[in-house]
Amino acid sequence: MPIPYNRCKDVTVLSLTPHGPEGREHGLWLLELENPGLAKARPGQFAMLRPASWGFDPLWARPLSICRALPDRLVFNFLVAGRGTSALTRLSPGDKVTLWGPLGHGFAVEPGVRTLMLAGGIGIAPFVEYAAVHPTPGQLSLLFGHRPPLSCYPYEDLARTVGAESFQDRSAEDIPRFVELLEKRMAEHAGGLALACGPTPFLRSVKAAAEKYGVRCQISLENRMACGVGACLGCVAETPAGERVQTCTRGPVFWSNEITL
Amino acid sequence: MDLRVALAGLSLKNPVMTASGTFGYGQEFTPYGDLRTLGGIVVKGLSLKPRAGNPMPRVAETPSGMLNAIGLQNCGVETFLKDKLPFLPWRETPILANLYACDPDEFAELASVLAAEEGVAGLEVNISCPNVKEGGVLFGQDPAQAARVTEAVKKRAGNKPVIVKLSPNVADIVAIAKAVEAAGADIISLINTLTGMAVDVRTRKPRLANVVGGLSGPAIKPVALRCVWQVSRAVTVPVIGMGGIASAMDVLEFILAGAHAVQVGTANFIRPDFSFRLVEQLPGVAREMGVTDLESFRGSLKTA
Repeated sequence: MPIPYNRCKDVTVLSLTPHGPEGREHGLWLLELENPGLAKARPGQFAMLRPASWGFDPLWARPLSICRALPDRLVFNFLVAGRGTSALTRLSPGDKVTLWGPLGHGFAVEPGVRTLMLAGGIGIAPFVEYAAVHPTPGQLSLLFGHRPPLSCYPYEDLARTVGAESFQDRSAEDIPRFVELLEKRMAEHAGGLALACGPTPFLRSVKAAAEKYGVRCQISLENRMACGVGACLGCVAETPAGERVQTCTRGPVFWSNEITL
Repeated sequence: MDLRVALAGLSLKNPVMTASGTFGYGQEFTPYGDLRTLGGIVVKGLSLKPRAGNPMPRVAETPSGMLNAIGLQNCGVETFLKDKLPFLPWRETPILANLYACDPDEFAELASVLAAEEGVAGLEVNISCPNVKEGGVLFGQDPAQAARVTEAVKKRAGNKPVIVKLSPNVADIVAIAKAVEAAGADIISLINTLTGMAVDVRTRKPRLANVVGGLSGPAIKPVALRCVWQVSRAVTVPVIGMGGIASAMDVLEFILAGAHAVQVGTANFIRPDFSFRLVEQLPGVAREMGVTDLESFRGSLKTA
């Protein structure tokens, strides 16, 4: 009897659309793939995606945060950031994508604990799944900082179930105002839990605020990855003790005091 | 089809091994395939003490290849023997330790620790890493230095075969190969990565914190094939070929050029079940190419 290894799966693209009316302009996309059985994905976990058409260029698969793991499909929201994500936008329904996952550690789910979700830009993606599977969504609130129009993001999906507020950053002067708001919300969550996903400067502000107000906080890193399984050591994050740990397998979600940013 | 390979005392089920630094300590790949099906596993380069490696960013994607400057981050030999080796199926599949040290004495010390372990089938000496300041590729660029390290390891390796892994970043790889063979190398493996760099015009910065790194992947296969062909004709010890192997046909190409076995490296990052699938696909592709046995096929390249 052969051992049923969880090999990479070749799955079919169901749809690919610019997310929101101005999505194409801003490079934000919604990708739906056939779900090969990732029903047990935890919010904050990710999958590696590599279209069959890529040959050897791009070489690496791309890690995408799982936005929804539904029985009939996997939903990803992604931002075009380089050659790989740009190439992902050329997929068509029916195309095949090699996928492995779910990978890494997801966000802590603590029913009954007031939880603040902090999302920067496309960092909102994992919170859609988080809010959808949380047993007490009434305890959740979201602060969303973004640059493109709100309609580009899956914000409405969240705002239907959790208390959500957004802040659009249009100029350099907006950044300190957003950090001020972030600190205010963090202070209100003293004793609770905060979860964050977004660009590194945003995560630095979150980490600093969490430490200032004594909030337990988890952050999800987006370091560049090659393999996604802990072998290449390309995505390491540094711990306060100076140890370098793989973001793909030890993260991507870390307690904020476990890593240095 | 019989894919077994006899390699300086090692018995491989098939010629497909995994290359050091691309397969972790093996355990990372267990969800994706049965480690026992592989011809051999070369684990992440080990040093006497743990090493933190280089700062980030450490990897960059290039056309059909990648650059890395990991800097030999590893858990150190003690942790490897205590926590990693027991997990590996060393009774069924040869496990090879890849060694890195700063001088010949340290290489010798590391070799004696590893040679004493039943689970370690052989020692691969890394004199070709381009990403460390001390030792590394410098040992592999000078025939006399390469021979000194080989001799030091061989003396302390007991009955375990010693593989010396060569760098392509030299003017004459055959001269280095002959020097390590004369110094007692049982097997020669080649090639390590080619030194390269990538830059970002927008930020005007190099893409690697280390500025330069090692290029690997399909982009380097022609260089690797050339080196395997040149070296396998010049030495009598067996050669293990690696560099950009990304299909069963590539495996056959390396064997045709003179390799006894191959190591799969960067392709393990393309998809984590890559090496397992390669083992499954090899017999069919070999049959399709009219290869009936590997021994007579090996080195049968017609160049005239």
